[in-house]
Amino acid sequence: MSASAISQAEYEQQESANRLGLWLFFASEAFMFAGLLVARFYLWGDTRPHLDQAVALIITAVLLLSSYSMNRAEVMIAHDDRKGFLNSLLITAALGVVFLIGVIGFEWQGHIRPTDGAFGAVLYGMTGMHALHVVSGIVFIFIVWNNGRKGHYSADRHWGVHACAVWWHYIDLVWVFFYPALYLIGTAQ
Amino acid sequence: MVIFSLGIIRGIVGQIVGTAVGLILVTLIRLLMGLPAWKAEPAMIIGALIGAVGFMIGVGALSDWFKWMGGKETPMHHGPPTDKPAWTRYFSVDYNHKVIGVQYAVTGILLVLVAGSLALIFRTELAQTGLQYIEAATFNTLFGMHGIVMIAGILLGVGGMINYLVPLMIGASDMAFPRLNAFGFWINVPGAILVISALFMGGWDTGWTGYPPLSVLAPMGVQAFMLGVYLVGISSIVGSANTLVTVAKMRAPGMSWFRMPIFVWAAVATSIIQLTATQLIGLSFLMVTVERVLGMGFFNPVLTAHAIEVGSPPGNVVLFQHLFWFYSHPAVYVFILPGLGIISELLPVFARKPLFGYKWIALSSLAIALVGFLVWAHHMFTAGMEPFLRIPFQFATMLVAVPTGVKFFSWVGTIWRGKLEFPTPMLFVLGAISVFLIGGLTGPPNGTVTTDLYLHDTYWIVGHFHATMFGGFIFPFFAALYYWFPKATGRMYNERLGKLHFWLILPGFWVQSLGQIAVGLLGMRRRIADYDPALGIQNGHVWITVAGYVIGLSVLVMIYNLAWSARKGPVAAANPWRSRSPEFQIPSPIPEHSYAEAFVITGEPYDYGLPGATYVAMNPSAAPAAAD
Repeated sequence: MSASAISQAEYEQQESANRLGLWLFFASEAFMFAGLLVARFYLWGDTRPHLDQAVALIITAVLLLSSYSMNRAEVMIAHDDRKGFLNSLLITAALGVVFLIGVIGFEWQGHIRPTDGAFGAVLYGMTGMHALHVVSGIVFIFIVWNNGRKGHYSADRHWGVHACAVWWHYIDLVWVFFYPALYLIGTAQ
Repeated sequence: MVIFSLGIIRGIVGQIVGTAVGLILVTLIRLLMGLPAWKAEPAMIIGALIGAVGFMIGVGALSDWFKWMGGKETPMHHGPPTDKPAWTRYFSVDYNHKVIGVQYAVTGILLVLVAGSLALIFRTELAQTGLQYIEAATFNTLFGMHGIVMIAGILLGVGGMINYLVPLMIGASDMAFPRLNAFGFWINVPGAILVISALFMGGWDTGWTGYPPLSVLAPMGVQAFMLGVYLVGISSIVGSANTLVTVAKMRAPGMSWFRMPIFVWAAVATSIIQLTATQLIGLSFLMVTVERVLGMGFFNPVLTAHAIEVGSPPGNVVLFQHLFWFYSHPAVYVFILPGLGIISELLPVFARKPLFGYKWIALSSLAIALVGFLVWAHHMFTAGMEPFLRIPFQFATMLVAVPTGVKFFSWVGTIWRGKLEFPTPMLFVLGAISVFLIGGLTGPPNGTVTTDLYLHDTYWIVGHFHATMFGGFIFPFFAALYYWFPKATGRMYNERLGKLHFWLILPGFWVQSLGQIAVGLLGMRRRIADYDPALGIQNGHVWITVAGYVIGLSVLVMIYNLAWSARKGPVAAANPWRSRSPEFQIPSPIPEHSYAEAFVITGEPYDYGLPGATYVAMNPSAAPAAAD
């Protein structure tokens, strides 16, 4: 969201700096998520708790699907299709909310409590930290949606949309690592 | 109210209001849930977090971003405020990297002073056996506070050097993200306030490392300390990302990677560590927080009945140490790499000779940073860690000595047959080398498993650590303060007072460091308030304490010198040191926008004394610049 007075070349120069900064932030966050994975393998080893596999499969599918609609949103603004862009954003946010409901409303209502030793700590630590990032992504989507609704962004200049989309994909990617670590690897106790 | 025109005052008010909101919020939620209304720790945590946001809103670091969220564009303000005195910009949000650099450096010095004063209190206690002045619990809080406030102060000092120097050295008009830069500085202030407020919440007794299970059981002060560190960590992460983007994208034409000033290489290496490893100390402290408040047993080895029923494995305290040291060992390279960069930067100027082995020095900074990621478990040889990890970590640790040795050889090679000059910055550079040598040589015995089993948790470690910090950060930082003082203020510091500072601190530090090493070998444990008179080390402790006071006195001399000279000192020339670096080719003090015209790099940075060599062509559109 740079000043509209600047030329396209200046905009693109700023955007390339922004993009590098965003990816450096991803690298930073990757270390935090990796730290949680380390905690999971250090404490759980080759065991894992009995968890509801169906819920996990559904929310994973929902989150992967949301990356598709997020990608549609970015492609549509690049083709100046504002209506489709706004709708795709809303679909993405809705899928994100479904994911959150799945985590908090179903996953967290199982027989494992946060105070249940390493099982509870790691399960709630990893899903909680990830859910917090999903919330941040939904907030980001609504800011972008609101600005898009007011007529901001164009086919040439939509760094804000791109940043939001990449952030959403990144959160999605983290879950691609967290899901097997929590639900698939190791023997259920 | 005039006073509310200062950002920092609005910020502190914001922090107080935010904290109160957090306390009330938690209490109301607990009332609604039918729980006993008041529980101190959750209320304090939420209060601290909302308080930090309140500070950032109050100071104005978020204003532009809030406008962006609403789709409004904001111009980039530059220059001193028009409706207020010029000095007020240092107490408010300002986007000029030079202002932010000074804010970082001055806040850093303040924190170092606070932390040093705390050390003098418990050093006075340690000068005699028995307990005379403070209780054991106070002693514990004081040394933990000394450690963490020093670390915050050093991080701010590093931030000061990087923010002030990197854009100037690469010819950028500012950092890549000026608003993020201001945010990165100001988030430290609520962080520091939180850490220091731990004193009033019962303190804590774990030291700055915060190991569980003690940190899970400690008074609430430990929580304030960890949240404060969390905020300072945010500053490290956003600041380092900013530095890396600035260096990658905004170098002057002709400045290839191997024509950058050597300090910029050090800043890059430091930033790589800060960007990534900082997350792990944040995560480890967050885990302690949720274990304290929510009972999530990451580290607790004792299982509840229900946990046994669901077949959960127990928590493990060693996990904390792995996560914690994954940051906290590389963190010492965050402190020393910029300092070592300053040494390499200044030596050629005062030896009037090319820097010996430029590429080796540049890459040795990177090598220290990268190898530094693989050595953390050498802090854990006695911690009950998996035994098979000992030998790999021992050898990885030894490997750090190789690039560090490269730096020493380069410094000796640069001094060799140079035409040495000895103004205050050069004295501090040479002093830094001598002190860092003490720290460097006492390192490998700690990294070797067989010797570390005896040296671990003794005063030997304290001596080693302080020598690396003084040689790697404090001395070079002081050198940098004197060296760039004329560029920042336009005035010269007092050379006699500068030399007095040096000749007090150098012998003072030698005595302190060698004394600590000696009493450590004679059986002094670290982090204890008292020791057995039969050890025969009381004289050693007296020497260490007296040396500590001498160091404190010398720093006061420096502060008087710089504060006085900034207003009354003689007007400085543009290039008092005959440096080739671009920031010395423009007037003192440096103008608001630094370079009136973009310059071009035409040669190697450190070809001092080579006839006809040029580095910077200041006016590429005009005639070629004269040779140095």
